[in-house]
Amino acid sequence: MGSGSGWKGRDVISILDFDRDSLEQLFEVADKFSSLLRERGRIPLLEGYIVALAFFEPSTRTRLSFETAAKRLGADTIGFTSEEAISIAKGETLADTIRMLDSYADMIVLRHRYEGAALYAAEIAEHPVINAGDGKQHHPTQAMLDLYTVRKLFGTIDGLTYGVLGDLRYGRAASSFILALTIYRPRMIYLISPPLLRVRPEVRMVLDERGMRYREVESLEEVLGELDVLYVTRIQRERFPDQREYEKVRGSYRVTLELLEQHARRELRILHPLPRVDEIAPEVDGTPYAAYFEQARNGVPVRMALLALIAGREV
Amino acid sequence: MESGSGLLVRRIREGTVIDHIPAGRALTVLKILGITGREGARIAVVMNVESRKLGRKDIVKIEGRHLSPEEVDKIALVAPRATINIIHDYRVVAKRRVTVPDIVEGILMCPNPSCITRVGREPVKPRFRVVSRQPLVLQCVYCGTLVSEEDVAEQLAEGG
Repeated sequence: MGSGSGWKGRDVISILDFDRDSLEQLFEVADKFSSLLRERGRIPLLEGYIVALAFFEPSTRTRLSFETAAKRLGADTIGFTSEEAISIAKGETLADTIRMLDSYADMIVLRHRYEGAALYAAEIAEHPVINAGDGKQHHPTQAMLDLYTVRKLFGTIDGLTYGVLGDLRYGRAASSFILALTIYRPRMIYLISPPLLRVRPEVRMVLDERGMRYREVESLEEVLGELDVLYVTRIQRERFPDQREYEKVRGSYRVTLELLEQHARRELRILHPLPRVDEIAPEVDGTPYAAYFEQARNGVPVRMALLALIAGREV
Repeated sequence: MESGSGLLVRRIREGTVIDHIPAGRALTVLKILGITGREGARIAVVMNVESRKLGRKDIVKIEGRHLSPEEVDKIALVAPRATINIIHDYRVVAKRRVTVPDIVEGILMCPNPSCITRVGREPVKPRFRVVSRQPLVLQCVYCGTLVSEEDVAEQLAEGG
């Protein structure tokens, strides 16, 4: 496996910055790490590297997944997990924090509550910046592992019928997954949400520009029987600027075993970026429909592949 | 240049005539230029006159004033088909169309309150790319928010 000239030193800001070829290369490296991880716990390609995990917003899964990926590659990590822990609480700007981290680390993984924070950080930092989620906009590494999971489950990403359910307006995982699908040729994308939580105009613009076949619907039952992949997202209270809006839509969707048995195709696979609250009933977990735990496991090899390719290391 | 309005306002000796402003936007143009009327300069505003290009249009004449490139860029955002006529000794000595630049930087504020460009002390200038010129649609480079021509005009009318 080559080091990937298109990957070395690059920033990861939006999933739309990537084409099929570079994603395919990432997935092939992730496959290699997946099988290597079964043989041994550590593949020390990044010995001597320091990866900064700058989590200005609390996140357990994404942070632990990046930290595990870095450590399995032999890199050291530095960082923080909330604004309170650092000088931001004392009034330091993001720009200054990034400059500091840039002088300590070889890569910066950034999670921030404001949209555009990752691009802004990348403009400031000389080292690569990896967006681990900014505001409601982008979560490109989540989208990468989502696509990787679909590819592993079905052997392809093209030609399938997708349903994306939940908060399509404020949820960055949902937005990034929808944008990620535009890099491929899905048969159909159903965007399933209450009217209040429909995709934002800029996401719809990309779907239109790229000639995607998609339809916005409110009812899951209406389309469930057609789906190969159902991507479920949580309706997150903290993303709503107006809490009254949240109260109107909370608990709008619940994927139950009964619903699936009545309407879904046997081949349907359900993804969820996790954590979930009550949008998927626990009885679904033990059925072949549930692919979300496998999806979560894929986070480490995909992020290992990402770090190794950006560092220009060969597998 | 002034068909239909030639009888309304007499010619100026020195200054600038901004023609082909979309009907109803003349006051926004004055706001952009910081003209309140109290400066003492002679200003003529003609609104809702017939235009072959636009159907109806506004015209602004400013005596004794020439525009800076930044002012011209701002005018392009609210009047993308405007023409700027430089007047010297009652004659048009230069005439040019405004153009909306591919990147609009530092002129507009992003309407998205959770865009990084809206965070108080961050040294970052709002930056927009042009998605469409006709009608004007801009997109924030940082947060992706789309901004329509009406939003732009409203913002420039408010901010000046």
